[in-house]
Amino acid sequence: MHLRDGVRLPVVANVSFSVKAGECVVLGGPSGVGKSSILKMLYGNYGVDEGQILMEHDGRLVNLADAEPRIVLEVRRTTLGYVSQFLRVVPRVSALDIVAEPLQARGVTAAEARDRAAELLARLNLPKELWALPPATFSGGEQQRVNIARGFITDHKILLLDEPTASLDAKNRTVVVEMIAEKKETGTALIGIFHDEEVREAVADRIIDVSEFSPRKHAA
Amino acid sequence: MSAIPLLKVNDVSKFYGSRIGCRNVSFELYPGEVLAVVGESGSGKTTLLSCLSTRLMPTSGIVEYHMRDGQYRDLARMSEAERRFLMRTDWGFVHQNPADGLRMTVSAGANVGERLMAVGDRHYGNIRASASDWLRRVEIEEDRIDDQPRAFSGGMRQRLQIARNLVTSPRLVFMDEPTGGLDVSVQARLLDLLRGLVHDLGLAAIIVTHDLAVARLLSHRMMVMKDGAVIEQGLTDRVLDDPREPYTQLLVSSILQV
Repeated sequence: MHLRDGVRLPVVANVSFSVKAGECVVLGGPSGVGKSSILKMLYGNYGVDEGQILMEHDGRLVNLADAEPRIVLEVRRTTLGYVSQFLRVVPRVSALDIVAEPLQARGVTAAEARDRAAELLARLNLPKELWALPPATFSGGEQQRVNIARGFITDHKILLLDEPTASLDAKNRTVVVEMIAEKKETGTALIGIFHDEEVREAVADRIIDVSEFSPRKHAA
Repeated sequence: MSAIPLLKVNDVSKFYGSRIGCRNVSFELYPGEVLAVVGESGSGKTTLLSCLSTRLMPTSGIVEYHMRDGQYRDLARMSEAERRFLMRTDWGFVHQNPADGLRMTVSAGANVGERLMAVGDRHYGNIRASASDWLRRVEIEEDRIDDQPRAFSGGMRQRLQIARNLVTSPRLVFMDEPTGGLDVSVQARLLDLLRGLVHDLGLAAIIVTHDLAVARLLSHRMMVMKDGAVIEQGLTDRVLDDPREPYTQLLVSSILQV
C-alpha cells in the first residue's frame, strides 16, 4: 500500500487461495488486517507487488496482477463484478441508469437494461420516487442498495462483495442473502467481506482468516 | 476493444532550446480508450498533447497513427495538407477556451456544418439537419442554430465546440482541459455529456487535465507527468486508489473532499 511521501505500508503477504464456481468465500479477521485491500487487488484497484491473480476469462486464464489496463477493463466488463462499500456517484445520472449501465455496457438494449434495473431496485425495496434521481443525496442504505443492484444485475462469473450489507436493515439484508444464494446456484464464484455474523453464517461456504497473511507473521 | 493500437507513441521528446517540454514519452492508445494526462502546470502535458496532435513537431521520437486504410503513418512525415485533412476529419481537438476552437462570428449551425463541408458534404439540407441533430445531442436548443457563439454562455460554447468536433465521427479526440474555467454545475453537465458521447461513439480520446476528478470520471487509463516525464501510468482507479510515486501521492492527497 502506498500512501504519502513514498511511505510504503506492508499490508498483506503471500496471500494464496482459490475459489470455485458456485462457491462463496468470506474473508475474515479483525478490522485493518487487509481484507478490503485483498478485494481491491483482485479488482485491480490496488497494485500487486508480487504474485499472480489468475482468473478464467473468455475461455482463457488471465493474470490480473500484470494485465494491461484495457484487459483489466475487459475482464471487469464481462467476468469480474464488484460491489464496493460506497457508491461513487456520477453527477446527473439517475439511480436507475447507474444500475442499468453494466448491462448496457454488455450490449443489452437501454429499455431492457432499465427494466431489469427496475426489477432489482424494487426487490431491494428502494422507493420508486428515487429511481429517477441521481443518488448523491440518498442515505447510506439507499446508496448501498443502488450499488448492490448495479453489482448483481449482470451475470459476471466472479463477484466481489465489500460489506454489501453494512448499512442495511434486517429486511433488506435478507434480500441480499437470497440474492447471493441465487448467484451461487447459477455458478458464480463470490468473494466477500461481511462483518454481520448472521449474514456471514448464511452465505459462507468457507472462511479465510486474513490475519494468516500478515507480513509480520512472515517476517518472524 | 480492438487489438490494434490507433496511435503509437515512441520515445517522444520536445525541447524548447535547452528547456525540456516533455521527454521520452512512449505509449499506445487503442480504439475506444480514453487516456487522461495529469500533472500540475508546467509538467509538460500540453506540450505532449501538441506533439501528438501535430500542432508541434517533436524534437525526437515517432508518433504513428493507424489510418482508415489500415496503414500506420508517421505523422512527422505527412505533408501539411494530409495533416490538416486528418485534423478536420478523423481527429477532433477540444480547446480549453472555446474561442480557440470555434469561429465566433459565424452561426452555431455553420460552426458544426463547416466540418461536414470539409469532408465533402455539399447538400445544404443534410448539413443543416445534422447540425441541428448535433446541437440537440449537446443540449443546445434548436432555435439557437442561427445565433453566433458570441451570444452563448461559456458552457454552451464548450458544448458547441464538442459538437463541431464530433460531427465528422472522428476516431480520436484530443482535449485540453475541456472543463477548465467552467463553474461546477456546468462542468457536471459537460462531463456527463462527454462521458455519454465517448461511450456511445466508441471514441478514443486523450484528455489533458489537472483535475483528478475529471480524470476519474472520464478516463480508463492515466499518465502522471512531472518535469516533462511520465512518472506513473496505469488503470485510472489503480493510479488514484494506490498511487505508487510520491508525487502522485501528493496530487491525490491534495484533492479537496466535499
